[in-house]
Amino acid sequence: MANTTNMSAAAIALNRFGLGARADDAVPNDPKKWLLDQFSQYQAKPISLANQPNTANLIAKFTQQQQEMRKLDDADKKDMKRTFRREIKDTYQDAVSARATLALTSPTPFMERLVHFWANHFAVSIEKPAIADLAGVFEFEAIRPNILGNFKDLLFAVERHPAMLIYLDQVKSIGPNSKAGSRSAEKQPDKKRGLNENLAREIMELHTLGVRSGYTQEDVTEFARALTGWSIAGLGKDKAASSEANGFMFRPQLHEPGERNIMGKAYHQAGKAQAEAILIDLANSRATATHISTKLAQHFVSDTPPESLVNKLTQAYLASNGDLSKVYRALIEAPESWLSSPAKFKTPWEWLISSLRGLGRQNLDNIKVGQILNQLGQQTWKPGSPAGFDDIAATWAAPNALLRRVELAQRLVAPLGDKLDARVLADKVLLGAVSDQTKTAISRSESASTGLALLLVSPEFLRR
Amino acid sequence: MQNMANNINRRDFLRMLSAGAGVLLASPYISFASADTDRRFIFIIQRGAADGLNIVIPYADPAYAKLRGALAIDASQATKLDGMFALHPSLVETAKLYANKQALFVHAVASPYRNRSHFDGQNVLETFGSTAYQIKDGWMNRLLTLLPSAQNEAIALATTVPMALRGKIEVPSYAPSALPQAPDDLLMRVAQLYAEDAQLQSLWTAAMEANNMAEDVSAKQDPASLGKLAASFLVKADGPRIAMIETGGWDTHTAQEARLARQLKSLDSIVAAIRDGLGPVWAKTTIVVATEFGRTAATNGTGGTDHGTGSTAMILGGDVNGGRVLADWPGLTNSALYEGRDLKPTADLTTLIASIASASFKLDPTQVNKVLFAEANKTKTLEGLLRT
Repeated sequence: MANTTNMSAAAIALNRFGLGARADDAVPNDPKKWLLDQFSQYQAKPISLANQPNTANLIAKFTQQQQEMRKLDDADKKDMKRTFRREIKDTYQDAVSARATLALTSPTPFMERLVHFWANHFAVSIEKPAIADLAGVFEFEAIRPNILGNFKDLLFAVERHPAMLIYLDQVKSIGPNSKAGSRSAEKQPDKKRGLNENLAREIMELHTLGVRSGYTQEDVTEFARALTGWSIAGLGKDKAASSEANGFMFRPQLHEPGERNIMGKAYHQAGKAQAEAILIDLANSRATATHISTKLAQHFVSDTPPESLVNKLTQAYLASNGDLSKVYRALIEAPESWLSSPAKFKTPWEWLISSLRGLGRQNLDNIKVGQILNQLGQQTWKPGSPAGFDDIAATWAAPNALLRRVELAQRLVAPLGDKLDARVLADKVLLGAVSDQTKTAISRSESASTGLALLLVSPEFLRR
Repeated sequence: MQNMANNINRRDFLRMLSAGAGVLLASPYISFASADTDRRFIFIIQRGAADGLNIVIPYADPAYAKLRGALAIDASQATKLDGMFALHPSLVETAKLYANKQALFVHAVASPYRNRSHFDGQNVLETFGSTAYQIKDGWMNRLLTLLPSAQNEAIALATTVPMALRGKIEVPSYAPSALPQAPDDLLMRVAQLYAEDAQLQSLWTAAMEANNMAEDVSAKQDPASLGKLAASFLVKADGPRIAMIETGGWDTHTAQEARLARQLKSLDSIVAAIRDGLGPVWAKTTIVVATEFGRTAATNGTGGTDHGTGSTAMILGGDVNGGRVLADWPGLTNSALYEGRDLKPTADLTTLIASIASASFKLDPTQVNKVLFAEANKTKTLEGLLRT
């Protein structure tokens, strides 16, 4: 890789840990401190998100719309459905824009990157209309306030959020021997209603323990039984249920009675507490610590992170009982995180945000960030699967994907004309880590905007 | 360069550009090597675990209707294939292929993977490892090394390259873009910018080649357009011989009836558009449709099915020895089910695919097994899948 030159510690802090340098960024004298200071500067609820709807309102509106729909005849239903879909699309686009604007202007880009990391770890995907409605508030309300606390709190916030409960079909799961299950079996013996194990499986496989870590199909099914009753407000007419903040509601009528047995441990709790006890054990498991640490190291440092680094993060997790800020601190303290050659190929989101920051954008005027990301192959909150978007170069460094970035680069720089000098900007946003090859290509370009486009697609700018 | 670009058309210019860059940089993509095989091979992956039991329906198995309850498909509504199986009614064009003996269905198949994680299951299906993440490259990429000229022989119909096509040989990817095209001057300068970066240079050359081959840069992204696009690449005498198409949305935990019907209608449109777009080349084409694993034999409590094991695969094409359903049917009684819940696999999906690949390209099956199962060490070959 002849174009890559060594990244300084400041370049690593801004470009590998942050979201990309802005031309007007001051170069941090103490890069580690610059990162650590963000822990206290971070705003979970910044002013720019103040106008976003909240989960409870969205859920109330969604269920009200569903009820209204039921009363209408088919023709009116169709019209109304179209109106609702349009409203949902607007909610989604607004949320995507809010997320991107925050990423452009945030003074704590390392923290924002962690928000994006966790939103992808606990991925929901907008193919279901309800998820398109809720994906934004899911990130803003379940992820953002919990990135610096204990993993257990983040896990609870996520698994109790309506977006996750709907996305992984938990709201439809019924204990076969619960009151509702037995009644339904009596009334309609051939129309069986019962368990759905989707959420239980993905919590174990993707959110906590990780795949191939020792749990069995029976463990998944037992966990699914324990989770029955975890639901959202506004559905059904269960009088014993009570709504909690964020639209979560436990429905005792749906809960499968009895003791559960998972990985050799008995859970005799009743009701909601049963799945809570299991979640706590999952959060405290060594397998979870390793899984989370591996993913963090892979995200920040390398597609194949050094084992020594993963071990350091795992130790920090276990020693602090899952205190995430301790894990991030271990990441920053580890020399493995500061290797001077860039090992990560930017995802489309990372590349777009760092490009806009590099070009000095403060807002998204005239930039349809949702559509652009769709064309780049990474539509926000639409990974298509609960595993989230891949975090390795093999997925994003692909022929057509590269061509798309070139096409887009020329469009992003077009309005700038000769307002920016790419030669100067290259040095600023890459903090000196520009190869002679790239310098030459930029300086020989036929116009100022071609030079800027080349900077955005240069090998140094595509990697971090 | 600008003058030249004005005098000749854009596609020729780009072709020269990528060929020129290749010579200059001693890249493996010197030019469009005319392919030495006239066979075409397409792999359509169904991501998300497609429900084989409601695609090729075992209507004559007495346990089927009971297990499926409201989701059971009545044989009178479906296309009867033989005394045992019927085809989902949404697969209209595929049923016509079957009637013309150009469709072969294989039932109760599964890869060696047994643990019901989509992502591990897809990895095994795309690498042919005996367990997930054992092998670092895809079986289609290894298959390319066995073709007379391995370069330029494959394409991924997507912006990125799926696991099955990843490996030593850089495979181009193509999907229609809604972004404005970049000017030729910029494309040329980017080629220079990447001249000394091995990874980006090789990606860029592949991107330019796929771009040159694309007939209609404004193509749409609906199923029929996707099939048409695939055919437009494969129909060319000097075009790629292998293509992969990804389909998603098969993970029907809820509301399966409507969702599966929609999914199958899309799949049917892709297949029909490929057949129509290939014209006479269809006679030399084999399509394999497969999924990472099947779904539970019984419905779940929410109008759908959960992750299972055995499913069904489709072999489609002009010279497929079709009009048959291949199945060593294990039955659906409780004791016959895998772990008491899933259709028990009685045939190995990866052996099936390897056998079709060697028959299609007329390669030595022993050699194909050696390369495709580098780690799993399988030797079995299924005969008689194609007529020629």
